[in-house]
Amino acid sequence: MKNYSFIIIAFVFLTLIAEPANGQNFSQIRMTDLEKILSAKEDKLLVVNFWATWCPPCVKELPHFQKVAKEYNKEKVLFLLVSIDFPSQIDSHLRPFLKKNNVALDVALMMDTDQNEWIDKVDPSWQGNIPVTLMLNNVKKTRKFHSGDLDETELRNMINSLL
Amino acid sequence: MKKPVLFLAVVAISLQSFSGSPYKAGDYATDFNLKNLDGKMVSLSQYEDAKGFIVVFSCNVCPVVIKYEDRIKELHQEYSSKGYPVVAINSNDPSVSPGDSYEAMKKHAKNNGYKFEYLYDESQDVAKTYGATNTPHVYLLSKNAGKLKVEYVGAIDNNADNGAAADKKYVVDALNKLIKGEQPSVTATKAVGCGIKWKKA
Repeated sequence: MKNYSFIIIAFVFLTLIAEPANGQNFSQIRMTDLEKILSAKEDKLLVVNFWATWCPPCVKELPHFQKVAKEYNKEKVLFLLVSIDFPSQIDSHLRPFLKKNNVALDVALMMDTDQNEWIDKVDPSWQGNIPVTLMLNNVKKTRKFHSGDLDETELRNMINSLL
Repeated sequence: MKKPVLFLAVVAISLQSFSGSPYKAGDYATDFNLKNLDGKMVSLSQYEDAKGFIVVFSCNVCPVVIKYEDRIKELHQEYSSKGYPVVAINSNDPSVSPGDSYEAMKKHAKNNGYKFEYLYDESQDVAKTYGATNTPHVYLLSKNAGKLKVEYVGAIDNNADNGAAADKKYVVDALNKLIKGEQPSVTATKAVGCGIKWKKA
């Protein structure tokens, strides 16, 4: 097993380097990247959904995000799907899922597996369950954190309450 | 006017005592009485020789649990003889998560060769009392003057995807400290897991 894990790590490292060549809306990020995104001083509402392909309620709510995102101007409301999929399953699970479901929203795979280091930085009330959705505008200093899945109306209402 | 206020106060108090606050290190845990896979009722008090317990809120279908399956078995293999057996509990509501029924638990334990108790928390009261939110979610308990002291709450280690690459083995480190008679240095961690599937109200 140890030999295999080394191969997996090497493989993940290689895909990381090769990433810009083959992903339009798919990136791989670390906590420092996410912290930069979450602290950006831009007057727009950032809607960040934490999900994984292996999480049924996440998969259930994803179409609502895809649909509702189209109703808003990207300059005002920006969507980001942060995937907590296993880094070893990028090619076996995540990429095929994104393709099959025509996910056009930006997807960022969290590569920092030491989740205890970054969960509280997203929101101290977050217990590590997914899905969760964080909405914030750092210029307007508005922020909401929702634990659990959202239906279309709940998602729209949550966005509108912060605009 | 007084009656509704009194009623609300009673509801508020009973809600508080029911849900309580999640256990953290230093708290004392309540024992439970749950059905095992042979249909027998199991309580922690029945383990007379144990020094403590690795209580794992678990289930059959969660991909994070499946990632940790071997590591949970290894914990039991390594630490039950040292006084700390694994006691796994499934609190998921099978009407929300059909793969987590009692019958499915039996199959799952057999297929995976479980050598530890795998208990069914049908009412979900144990998960609520402990404050468990995810699977897998570990509560490391030690017997302390006849009571069950919470020593650690959280993840097994810091790499769900790849156990060999985990460089912080929270539960193992905490157990090794307890066995030496010391306090665990890390007593709480968070990790992404599957949310416990609560009964629909």
